[in-house]
Amino acid sequence: MRKIFFATLTACLLTSSAVYADAISDRKAAMKNVGMAMGAAVKMLKGQMDYDPVVASLAFATMNNAAIGLTGLFPEGSETGGKTTASPKIWSDMGGFSSAVAKFQSDTAEAVAAKPADLDAFKAVFGKVAGNCKSCHEGYRVSN
Amino acid sequence: MLKRLIKLAGIAAVLGAAIFWYLTSPNPLPDDMLTDIDNGDAEKGKLVFYAGGCGSCHAEKGAKGENKLLLGGRHALNTPFGTFYAPNISPHKEKGIGNWTGAQFASAMMRGISPDGSHYYPAFPFTSYARMNIEDVGDLWAYLKTLKPVDVSNLDHDLPLLFKVRRGLGLWKILFLSDKPIVEIDESNPQLVRGRYLVEGPGHCGECHTPRYLIGGINKSKWLVGGPTPEGKGNIPNITPHKSGIGSWTAADIAYSLESGFTPSFDSFGSSMVSVQENMAQLPASDREAIAAYLKVVEPLETEK
Repeated sequence: MRKIFFATLTACLLTSSAVYADAISDRKAAMKNVGMAMGAAVKMLKGQMDYDPVVASLAFATMNNAAIGLTGLFPEGSETGGKTTASPKIWSDMGGFSSAVAKFQSDTAEAVAAKPADLDAFKAVFGKVAGNCKSCHEGYRVSN
Repeated sequence: MLKRLIKLAGIAAVLGAAIFWYLTSPNPLPDDMLTDIDNGDAEKGKLVFYAGGCGSCHAEKGAKGENKLLLGGRHALNTPFGTFYAPNISPHKEKGIGNWTGAQFASAMMRGISPDGSHYYPAFPFTSYARMNIEDVGDLWAYLKTLKPVDVSNLDHDLPLLFKVRRGLGLWKILFLSDKPIVEIDESNPQLVRGRYLVEGPGHCGECHTPRYLIGGINKSKWLVGGPTPEGKGNIPNITPHKSGIGSWTAADIAYSLESGFTPSFDSFGSSMVSVQENMAQLPASDREAIAAYLKVVEPLETEK
């Protein structure tokens, strides 16, 4: 009986830590996607690539997609491990963190809807979106 | 015999105390350096303010926009030695530095000495500011006086008893306070000279990006290699041009990251580097390029595990 109990407990622990490991790698992947979309956007901004409205909305849509459900990738218990650079403040201030993510989601949704036709219009929309990276990383990420 | 020994021990103790007193005496800047200290240019001083990142510690944590210019202090700096609280450096007459003279300000910045003649803790990076030009310090002084006085009292540092006596810091300064440059560079290259000045002087990059000895001094043989953050969780990045550091970044990448906050892989800076980057973004592009050029020529060091 005891054996079964411990085996079950171990199995639970193993699966749960696997779930958290997944949360960590999933949120890292989500952030990587945002970074890649950002890369394309900045290339156009810097003039290293001609402005293309399709690429612009694809970039904003990718970021918006990453923002949806992002808070859920920071479950209790995923505070450490997998080289996470998430700050403990995410869990001590989940309300503030959630609203920062919500702002990222609505700013990117607005950017998608804005459909900037040319580079100048794009610049205005981009600035608002990009500010989210810094403002969230300043408080909710440890230095790395 | 015993009497003589006691007498000798007494003399040794008095002598020792005298030597300690002498070695730990605060050493303000000489008067001939300070003749123009009150004739600074506030407009230029504004750039020195951003190069030095004063607001990152002396404004409230996370302050944005105009609030970054309210230098009431109280920002906590957690270190292995205890918690330091940045003081009020707004021009408030009683609670800030509104009653200081330019000479007192310059000795605070470059020698780490308060107007009443005691040593500052090196949580205040005077060890870097010691390498600044006196003209820049004068300009900064002129600029700080244009800011709004903040009516907030200083918080006492939260330190173990052992560190509460400041006198001993005089010995620490003999070991770690120097106005000499750290990295040897091609002195005929004005861009490198400027970059070195900004990084080693006002920018005080090494204060976080370089590991420290147990007694808190910067280990110059590990210049800019980074390491675990003294603030707790996380790591300070290696910013030497080693492949485990930022060796894959071009000078243009480094300059752009300081301008925008984005790394070459379009990750964004986080934590306290956000505020630093926002200050760097206020500098002329040529200054960010100079910092980048310097960071490409410092010794490449492998990140320590």
